[in-house]
Amino acid sequence: MMHFISPRRLRELGILGMNRRNIGFIGKYNPRRNYPLVDDKLLTKQTALAHGIPVPELFGTIEYQHQIAGAIHTLEQFPAFVIKPVQGSGGKGILVIVGREGELYRKSSGALIGADEVRRHLSNILAGLHSLGGRNDRAMIEGLIDFDPYLEQYSYEGVPDIRVIAFRGVPVMAMMRCATHASDGKANLHQGAVGVGLDMDSGRAVRAVQHGELVDIHPDTGAHFSELHVPHWDRILDLAASCVEMTGLGYIGADIVLDRSSGPMLLELNARPGLAIQVANMAGLRHRLRAARKIAEMTDDHDTKIALARERFGVRH
Amino acid sequence: MKASKYHMGLIAGSLFFFGIGLTLYKAINLGFPLLPGESRQVWTIESKINFKPTGGPVQVDLTLPQGLGGWVILEEYFASSGFGFTVVEDGRGRSARWTRQNLDHSTTLYYKMQVYRPIDALLEDIPPRGIDRQRLEKDQLAATERLITLLRDRSSDDRSFVSLLVKEFNADSPDMDAQFLLGSFEEPPLAVLQIVLAYAGIPAQQVRGIRLEDGRRRQTISSLLEFHDGNNWVIIDPENGNIGMPANFFVWERGNDTILGVVGGRDSSLEFALVSNSLPAKTVMGMEQRVEEFNLLDFSIFALPVEQQGVFKVLLLIPVAALVVVIMRLLVGIKTSGTFMPVLIALAFLQTTLLPGLSLFLILVSVGLYIRSWLSYMNLLLVSRISAVIIVVILMMAATAIISYKMGLDRALTVTFFPTIILAWTIERMSILWEEEGVHEVLVQGSGSLLVAVLAYLLMSNRLVEHLTFNFPELILSLLGIILVLGRYTGYRLSELYRFRDLDKQQ
Repeated sequence: MMHFISPRRLRELGILGMNRRNIGFIGKYNPRRNYPLVDDKLLTKQTALAHGIPVPELFGTIEYQHQIAGAIHTLEQFPAFVIKPVQGSGGKGILVIVGREGELYRKSSGALIGADEVRRHLSNILAGLHSLGGRNDRAMIEGLIDFDPYLEQYSYEGVPDIRVIAFRGVPVMAMMRCATHASDGKANLHQGAVGVGLDMDSGRAVRAVQHGELVDIHPDTGAHFSELHVPHWDRILDLAASCVEMTGLGYIGADIVLDRSSGPMLLELNARPGLAIQVANMAGLRHRLRAARKIAEMTDDHDTKIALARERFGVRH
Repeated sequence: MKASKYHMGLIAGSLFFFGIGLTLYKAINLGFPLLPGESRQVWTIESKINFKPTGGPVQVDLTLPQGLGGWVILEEYFASSGFGFTVVEDGRGRSARWTRQNLDHSTTLYYKMQVYRPIDALLEDIPPRGIDRQRLEKDQLAATERLITLLRDRSSDDRSFVSLLVKEFNADSPDMDAQFLLGSFEEPPLAVLQIVLAYAGIPAQQVRGIRLEDGRRRQTISSLLEFHDGNNWVIIDPENGNIGMPANFFVWERGNDTILGVVGGRDSSLEFALVSNSLPAKTVMGMEQRVEEFNLLDFSIFALPVEQQGVFKVLLLIPVAALVVVIMRLLVGIKTSGTFMPVLIALAFLQTTLLPGLSLFLILVSVGLYIRSWLSYMNLLLVSRISAVIIVVILMMAATAIISYKMGLDRALTVTFFPTIILAWTIERMSILWEEEGVHEVLVQGSGSLLVAVLAYLLMSNRLVEHLTFNFPELILSLLGIILVLGRYTGYRLSELYRFRDLDKQQ
């Protein structure tokens, strides 16, 4: 028999459902006119730079099909780069090139592809294949993040990124998403990536979950999640909270990556952050969001909000 | 500005109760039955007379039906703007007469009636009139006599003789004489039939009427043949030789006189638009008893022209389907591919019926996905790729229709009711989903869409639902109220109770 949880139990746990997220948070705190700031990754990048938030370096953008040929030529000078649709959603259409092999390009999975494959990918992006509503899109090419080697052991092929939900300037919940072989190098929880709930106070792992089950070690690399302690935690919370101020959106998910030399960088923002973070933390968002609202009503100061959030949402060991 | 919960509740509540209130008012004070109950099939026949004026005074005469063969006329309505109008009664029946001094543009006159047939009565037995033999050329006469002798030899009585004659006239390769007769008269086969019958000494005349088909527009008048076999009048369909009155045939007139006469006009035509409704037996009785003062129908869709009624019959069902989508997505949390794609599929199912519709849909989408995977290799730009998919879908629809028709599966012809563009987008979206998220997600969303479509179909095809939406369109306001309230539902979805099921055991 299929196992269900009772709605009352969910309410006790403070789990945020899709309907309440849409009406109570996204609809209420995220004004539509500010959406382009997060849906257009190029705009996000520019705004972030203006606010002193570090982002991956931009190599260039491509707007028209006829620019593709020239772009391929320019790409020769970069050994590693990432191609993204400017208005892509859910991590679709991202091509990561980690190195060159003569005329060929090496993808993060290790597979080699030719220049025509890269061209085709660019062309599909411009045609809107990966974009919301299939609109015509632009492609942006940015520098590959040089991963903090400490985190490398927690991810298979893909990039481990840290998702922080911030509500009205208060960081509320965080998780690290670790790609696995089962998730095909993608950091998508429902495809089998491991979600690691993080302690808001220290940045230490609280628990790790794969396919809804608790796990202790990364299934592919064997690294122990209990030992995970995300570095630069102060800066990560600071970044996430700043994003609320930067976008004017009250309820956002900030995706942050750690670069070897530059530290935490903002990868992208999401105005409709998913609910899977609750599964990774084995905890509900609603109680925390209620507390965050109190904090936001108490003070307007950026640092005080973060300090109060760490105190309130930290998990004692 | 965001409306407060209180505001919302007020708006939704008043919409809901206004709809219900109006429905109850109609049910209680005006006697509209809430349940379909025992129903009668009532046909609304809208006759359109078109003609072009030739200059000078115009007079249009239309012989009116008089309720033959058990048909009862419940209501009649004439539209005659700018024309003088009278109903003329003479010994033989009634006819409508429109007159006008001059007219400078082509014109349409309307005559609408509602009819039903409480009993399958036979046509009244009238004594046969004398036989009027048309003068024939020598060779025609010889051919006629040869044909009559030939068929008399093969038949036992008048009935079988006429039957054979009609079959001969409709045969792929008729007898030499029949062929000659059909060719030598400048008249339709039915008139030739009557000439031959006259020479055979069998009294015969035409029975004019309309073959009733629900939703049919531009239907024209049809003719049957009736002959007297010595004891009774017998009806035979001159197109296929079937004896007896065909089902759903509205008898307009008996005899050979013309129905429509236009003086001062040319290119005149008489066409009919037909819609069938199931009306409660009680209402029909009421209409029959007080045809004159009956005004109940003014409050409903029935007041509209027939063609629009047919359209609204379907349109009024769409809100029900939309409600199903809202419930399935917001309360149950089923993923569908495209928000309202299931509604369009369900509408197509209404035409195809469920099982043929489902199998056609599955065949079209899976073959489409297969062909779409070839298009993937060609590296096309998005717009041309979708256009290519649209063309492929149309070709598949044509192929399905032709192949199944050849195989004798008429049902599959309804494939044309599937919305082409929606099918193409579905295929395109599914194919991208396949590439990006894997086949599992395609199956989840595909079956989700189909499940919602089937539920919407089952509700829309329900007789009670159809009865309520058509007779009480104000119920849509109540549906709107419900949908508004559901739009503010912040509770959990059923799917979330499954998604978060593991959160319990590890706490």
